Amino acid sequence: MTHVIELSGAAKRYGSAGAPALGPLDLGVAQGEALAVIGPSGSGKSTLLNLVAGLDRPTEGTVTVAGQRIDRLSEHALARFRREQIGMVFQFFNLLDDLTVADNIQLPAQLTGTARRRAAARAGELMEVLGITRHARAYPGRLSGGERQRVAVARALVNRPALLLADEPTGALDTASGHDVRQLLVDLHRGGQTLVLVTHDLALAEACASRTIQLVDGRLAVDTRAETVR
Amino acid sequence: MSLFGTGALGRVVRSGVGRRRVQSAVIAVATMMAVASAVVAGALVVASNAPFDHAFAEQHGAHLTAQFDPAGVSTAQLESTGRLDGVTASAGPYPSTTVSPVDPGGGHLPRLSLVGRSGPHGAVDDLDVTSGRWAARPGEVVLSASFSGPALGIGSALRVSDAADSPTLTVVGFAVSAGESADAWATPEQVRTLAAADGPATVQMLYRFASAGTAGQIAADRRALAAAVPSGSLLGTTSYLDTKRAADRGAAPTIPFLTAFGVLGIVMSVIIVSSVISGAVGTSLRRIGILKAIGFTPGEVVRAYVAQALIPAGAGIALGVVLGNLLALPLLEDTGRAYGGASLTVAWWVDVLVPAVALLVVGIAALVPALRAGRLRTVEAIAVGRAPRTGRGQWAHRAAGRLPLPRPVTYGLAAPFAHPVRAAAMLLAVAFGTVAATFAVGLTSSLNAVGGASDPEERAAVTAVSGGPTVNGVPEPGAPAAGGAVEHRTPGPGGSSPRPPSADPAKVRAAIEAQPGTASYYGMSHADVTVAGISGPVRATLYQGDSRPGGYEMISGHWLTGAGQVVVPTHLLETTGTRIGDTIRVTLGRDSESLRIVGEAFDTSNDGLSVHAELADFAAAEPQVFQIEVKPGVSPAGYARQLAAVVQPLGADVMANSPSPKENMILLLDAIAALLTLMLVCVAGLGVLNSVVLDTRERVHDLGVCKALGMSPRQTLALVLSSVAGIGVLGGLVGVPVGTALHGFVLPVMGRAADTRLPPSVLDVYDAPRLVLLGLAGVLIAVLGALLPSGWAARARTATALRTE
Repeated sequence: MTHVIELSGAAKRYGSAGAPALGPLDLGVAQGEALAVIGPSGSGKSTLLNLVAGLDRPTEGTVTVAGQRIDRLSEHALARFRREQIGMVFQFFNLLDDLTVADNIQLPAQLTGTARRRAAARAGELMEVLGITRHARAYPGRLSGGERQRVAVARALVNRPALLLADEPTGALDTASGHDVRQLLVDLHRGGQTLVLVTHDLALAEACASRTIQLVDGRLAVDTRAETVR
Repeated sequence: MSLFGTGALGRVVRSGVGRRRVQSAVIAVATMMAVASAVVAGALVVASNAPFDHAFAEQHGAHLTAQFDPAGVSTAQLESTGRLDGVTASAGPYPSTTVSPVDPGGGHLPRLSLVGRSGPHGAVDDLDVTSGRWAARPGEVVLSASFSGPALGIGSALRVSDAADSPTLTVVGFAVSAGESADAWATPEQVRTLAAADGPATVQMLYRFASAGTAGQIAADRRALAAAVPSGSLLGTTSYLDTKRAADRGAAPTIPFLTAFGVLGIVMSVIIVSSVISGAVGTSLRRIGILKAIGFTPGEVVRAYVAQALIPAGAGIALGVVLGNLLALPLLEDTGRAYGGASLTVAWWVDVLVPAVALLVVGIAALVPALRAGRLRTVEAIAVGRAPRTGRGQWAHRAAGRLPLPRPVTYGLAAPFAHPVRAAAMLLAVAFGTVAATFAVGLTSSLNAVGGASDPEERAAVTAVSGGPTVNGVPEPGAPAAGGAVEHRTPGPGGSSPRPPSADPAKVRAAIEAQPGTASYYGMSHADVTVAGISGPVRATLYQGDSRPGGYEMISGHWLTGAGQVVVPTHLLETTGTRIGDTIRVTLGRDSESLRIVGEAFDTSNDGLSVHAELADFAAAEPQVFQIEVKPGVSPAGYARQLAAVVQPLGADVMANSPSPKENMILLLDAIAALLTLMLVCVAGLGVLNSVVLDTRERVHDLGVCKALGMSPRQTLALVLSSVAGIGVLGGLVGVPVGTALHGFVLPVMGRAADTRLPPSVLDVYDAPRLVLLGLAGVLIAVLGALLPSGWAARARTATALRTE
């Protein structure tokens, strides 16, 4: 089976002394898999996500994503890797308030040098799929939490990434919006999108993930696979 | 209880200053540069304001310098004149004489008045020894500082005259007498010895009077003095008013220039300090909200944030005063030298006023946003940075997004519109920096053009001197050479400047024509003439042949093209109330001619009272000097040697001319312009730096998002630099025309102060390529100011940036 993510003895220490915040960890995530990472605060969930996204480097071991050893890439190469291979969804959306919804979604495509017309077409397509076309010219500040997260998902998908990373995607949403986003992630997974989901929300993990790992004090405590995703 | 009211408040202030190290450092450095430039500008403006009066008052200069005949008046009688009614102080009697020394290179110095004084100090004319020491024994001499230069320094040996057995005096120091009581000083015994051997023996007395403000009062004082001594024993007097008039005329042109730079510096300092401080406080709103949430009163918040601004700003102000003084002192020393006065110091009140005003500006700049912060509701303050930004600048992002440019660039271009006030402050900083650079470049070019336009006869490669009492390169007795220094000429064969030669001009002319290598030449003669409408003699330069190569820059009209014409400077036109096309009557000896004014020349020599005419108009005049251009490839020195071999036996002499050094005043103004511009550009760059630091801090989270989405470090750099590029372009577009307008305003004012209009070569110094380059200066200032924070932004760790609130 092809692994989109491959961590081998990967560990991250902050400072020279003390226990690592994460690992050493061996982990493989297969193409099309939806992995939920759960665990208490400080267990290393966000650190794992940062290592996989190339936002941080391991202090030990290797991290390979989509066939690339990203732990030894330059900053420039990491940026290119992120824009081509990774889509990220954040708890607090992290939309750029100065840009319209359409501009926010197009931004990653434009960073890769995609022609404006093509980027706009792809953004339009995603807005259509996610039901936010009517907000295309609106600014994020005017949208509800659920709508903003949909914009964030659209932005994450605009470059057709090999991997979608979601960090507490429903953490800042009300119940109804959270449910919408949950369904969106399920749909994406069903469509074949490889997904890594960091969450405290066990219900979300259960609904979206084909596999769940639990981290405790930076170490892999539980690794379970679901029969099917609901 | 701490300085800030409570221990908690003190800790908040200290932690605020320490936590925002970059911003604190920017505040300190920006304030330091602003205060330093204000101190330098202020000190120079003060120094240029009546420099003679300041130096004269400091030295207790002599209102009247009197020369007495020692044979006609006793020492006791002279000493008693110091007790006359109206005399408030006196010094002397000092033995004095005049000498015509020869420098180590054989060049003749102008005739010097030499006074015997046992020390530099006294109740009157308390001399300032600017270098070296006072003459302590016979054989030593102290020269007026105006003679100090590359050709004459401490240790130089001067022969008192051309005579073979002439005694030698070693220069041991240079001194300044604000009232110009003498050109040189030696021990009294030395002066007596020289006077007995060769020169005229006189005695000098120096007086200060209770009433000496006007020429009339000085004349009355002189009459009282003459009446107190035996008739005929008072040989002559010099009024300080004459010296003051000449000194003020020399200083006047610099005042508009220094005022322009001073105002620029002060306005820029105020803008930068205000924007830096208010920006620093304005970006702390969230922290302010937290402080209020945990129980700080609005008053405590205000005090805490004003103090946080005042601590680094106070350090910057203190350092700025020190730096300003360090930078100002050498400039003031040069200024004093250029004005011919004693060396100047930074006025004490500049050192008090500038920091006081700076503190006030800092206080107000911090107080306004701090009061706003203090009044802000706690919930609102905490929400700052968390709630989405709405409104400002979004239209700009929409518009910029349509530009056919890379997205990071268009995103950056629109960024300033989110903070219009901050962007306006940055724009002002860049525009002022560009104004300063444009003005300075124009001024320097103009000053260089002035230097190039003065003494056009010195452009000739070779000068042949045929003879006469007042020939070029050999100053008249008693008149100092240009700039007060020894003439810098390459001597011809023989190795030294000769005695004033005397040869038949026709034979010299024939020799020049016959000499291989002659490209062109013209004859010249200086003479004193009288001009109808002007009392006293007027300096005339009379030309023979095609004098265009030695012609002055023309302000209007044209240079001489034939007999019957005269070219005059602005001041003479104004004095005589004439215009181009009018006729003036010029009399040389018995020749009196009506000459038509054909041109207004840029000639400030002889206080702008001179005439240029054809020698042919005055039958009795003969050329004293021939100015020669040599053919390309011919060495002027070699030509001079060969010509000298022919004309020296005729009684003439030849010298190859070396390029004239720039005048002291031009060098000084160039240096001041360069320094002040550098400082103002640095202040402008710091203003940009501060704004970009604030912007980058505020946008660090957004930048983290962009980087998480795949924005590379290079794209991040492009984004941040683009955010100032537009402001740089706009600053350049505003700054260049304002700078050229300032130049166009100040230069004529400087000219008017020197009693002349200015020719196009001095005024029209901005050509299109130069204007474009100066316009780019705005972009350069902006980009240089933003380089550091853009580097930080590019290097910032994405994960850290994303966590930043």
